[in-house]
Amino acid sequence: MLSQKVAQQSLRRLAVQQPYALRWSLMNAASPAAIALGRNIQTRQAATSSNSSDPTKLLAQQRLNRPVSPHLSIYRPQITWIGSSIHRVTGLMLSGSLYLYATAYLASPMLGWDLGSASAVAAFAGLPIIAKVALKATLAMPFTYHCMNGVRHLIWDLGVGLTNPQVIKSGWTVVGLSTISALLLAFL
Amino acid sequence: MSALRSTTRLFASSKPLFRPAVFARSYATVDALSQVSATGHTSNKTIQESKTLNVQEPNPSEQPKIKTFQVYRWNPDQPTEKPKMQSYTLDLNKTGPMMLDALIRIKNEMDPTLTFRRSCREGICGSCAMNIDGVNTLACLCRIPTDTAKESRIYPLPHTYVVKDLVPDLTYFYKQYKSIKPYLQRDTKTEDGLEYRQSPEERKKLDGLYECILCACCSTSCPSYWWNSEEYLGPAILLQSYRWLADSRDEKTAERKAALDNSMSVYRCHTILNCSRTCPKGLNPARAIAEIKKMMASN
Repeated sequence: MLSQKVAQQSLRRLAVQQPYALRWSLMNAASPAAIALGRNIQTRQAATSSNSSDPTKLLAQQRLNRPVSPHLSIYRPQITWIGSSIHRVTGLMLSGSLYLYATAYLASPMLGWDLGSASAVAAFAGLPIIAKVALKATLAMPFTYHCMNGVRHLIWDLGVGLTNPQVIKSGWTVVGLSTISALLLAFL
Repeated sequence: MSALRSTTRLFASSKPLFRPAVFARSYATVDALSQVSATGHTSNKTIQESKTLNVQEPNPSEQPKIKTFQVYRWNPDQPTEKPKMQSYTLDLNKTGPMMLDALIRIKNEMDPTLTFRRSCREGICGSCAMNIDGVNTLACLCRIPTDTAKESRIYPLPHTYVVKDLVPDLTYFYKQYKSIKPYLQRDTKTEDGLEYRQSPEERKKLDGLYECILCACCSTSCPSYWWNSEEYLGPAILLQSYRWLADSRDEKTAERKAALDNSMSVYRCHTILNCSRTCPKGLNPARAIAEIKKMMASN
């Protein structure tokens, strides 16, 4: 052990003071005999540098900078997700208008508004025919679409009609039927 | 051993003695990162292809069929730069039939910096999942549309963190997979101590489930998963979940159901059905989720 320590110390000194000498000595030291005696020193010339920064931290930091890949804007419009988003939007329109009207109706005595059926009928009768049809259609379309698509959802909840061709067919059927029925309601 | 250790220390300290600093290797991203503040973060807005360099086909054939490919690029070594769309034109006469062939050709002959995952080139590894022409699919199973007038657009899987170019970070997706315990859980042995047997009917229940390769195409096509990926498991993981719920040999069905019994894990599925529409293996995750919902409702 002592001899090993002495050898190490002298090697260290050599490395600092006379690097080239050490290199030459190392080349000579890699003889089979030296290896057998355990006196050789393995060198790895292409070692990675000892970077002081923590590589795991580096990854975490890189993660902070990652962008999110584009989604809604690049996904191909398909009856599946477009139909679903329309279902949600129409649901919001229907429930939103119901809530708005109901709260306004509750507040109307205090605010002095007249929101009763009679005044609504009177106001509607005064509109031109195009406005009447347009107004009815914009109210009817969300209703018919949401209803029919809701039935579709109920059928799906039974685990039926979930294959691709069935979904595409039923989706376009609902679009067609709801448009026709909304127009019918609008022209009533 | 102590002798060995001290010698390595010796060499670590005296490295400049043996090797000029020019050849010293370092982490590739160290310099670029130092330019960014800790809170700095890339804009998700993509620079359109009209503002980037167009890379042309290097050696077209006699009567070339030139098609343009728009590819999403983002380099973590320049983290402050926005992601961009880069166009590459390829002669289809010299390119294989699949999108993956086009990507490999771009990487080999035009731009070696283009980064994407690929392995088996036959749709069984799921590495090359990406968004091609607006739909999630495997690049190796997606034919290049021969209409050269239309350009093809290639993006990484939607609403994922981008590691580089077309490589998404799927760490969380795999963690979610691990969370459903995707292995047979059983305490009792069979009577004869041999394998756990199934009837042909019981085995048939697993068809259309075990084929899933976890490419994440369906999960990243689901708008619900886009907005709730932290808590909602997503179609791919739920299909796997059902694969173990439906397995007649598994004895932890009640525990598995209890783990799913909350408002987020399953019930963020709003039957949008993008998952079944996009699955490159032709599986039906939406049906699996519907079956899970039925199982949860039945008791």
